[in-house]
Amino acid sequence: MVSLVASRPPSDLLARDAEAELVDSLRAGDEAAFAALVDRYHGTLVRLAVTYVGQRSVAEEVAQETWLAVITGIDRFERRSSLQTWLFRILTNRAKTRGQREARSIPLSSLGRDDEADQLSVDPDRFRPLDAPQWPGGWADPPRSWGPNPEERLLAAETRALILEVIGGLTGNQRAVITLRDIEGLSAEDVCNVLELSETNQRVLLHRARSKVRQALERYMDEGAKP
Amino acid sequence: MTEPDALTCKELVEIVTDYVEGAMPETERRRFDDHLALCPGCRNYVEQMRSTVEAVGAAREERIPAETRDALLAAFRDWKHQS
Repeated sequence: MVSLVASRPPSDLLARDAEAELVDSLRAGDEAAFAALVDRYHGTLVRLAVTYVGQRSVAEEVAQETWLAVITGIDRFERRSSLQTWLFRILTNRAKTRGQREARSIPLSSLGRDDEADQLSVDPDRFRPLDAPQWPGGWADPPRSWGPNPEERLLAAETRALILEVIGGLTGNQRAVITLRDIEGLSAEDVCNVLELSETNQRVLLHRARSKVRQALERYMDEGAKP
Repeated sequence: MTEPDALTCKELVEIVTDYVEGAMPETERRRFDDHLALCPGCRNYVEQMRSTVEAVGAAREERIPAETRDALLAAFRDWKHQS
C-alpha cells in the first residue's frame, strides 16, 4: 500500500512559489507552461464538468471554454485563491449554467438517486438484528480481508474501469466530491471552496461515494477469491 | 462489545469516513479504536475503505485529444500575439 500512496499525484500540485512562477509564465505567453497546465488539468475539467452537464461531449466543450477563459483572464487573475481553485471555479460556473440549459435534455436516470436505500453504506442484511441476544448490530456476514497485497488486483485496468463506472453512476454531488478528492487528490478544504460545500456536507458526500465504490470492489474482490 | 455505549458494527460503517479523514472527536475516536481492537470484521472493513481510496486515486486517466490540445495551444498563441 505504501507504493500506492507514493504514486498518487501530490494534493498540492503547485507549491506557492512554483505557482507564482507559472502565472508569470502564462502572462508572458510561455506556451510550454500553458501546455503543461492543459495536460495536467484537462481530463479533470472534463470529469468535473460531466457531473453538471451529464454528457461527455458537452463536458468537453465546457472544458474548452474554460481554457479560453483562462487565456483571456490570466492577466486579471488576482492570486487571491490558488490557480487550481480559480480554474475549477471557472469550470463549475460555466458547467452549472450549461447544465441548467441542458437540463431538459438529460435523461432522468442519469441524475442519480438520493433515496433512503442510497443512504446505507452496507446491505443491512449483513448485520445481526438490533434485538439479537448476542452482538446486536454486529456483522452476520463480515467483510473478508483482501489479503496482504490487494494492489495488484485493485490497480488492474479492469478494476479501474469498474471504479470509473461506479463513480459514473453516483449522484452529481457525490461524483464531483470523489472526483476532486480521491481522483485528483485535492484537500477537503479546496473541494469545499470549489464546490461551495460545507465541511460536513463534503464529508457526507465523500462517505456515500467511497462506500459505494468499496461495495462494488468487495463484490469484485470476493469473486476473484473464489476457486 | 456488549456495553450499552459501545459502537456496533452497523454504526461503525456509517462513521468510518470521519475516522479515516481524521475528523472525529477524541472520545469518539477512542470508542472506534476500542471496537476495532475487538472486531476483525470491522478491521477488514476499515482496511477495505483505505484500499478503496487508494484504488480510486489510481483510476485517474489523462488523455486529451490531440486536436483539442493543438486548438487550445493555437488559441493561446493567437491571443498572446494580439495583446
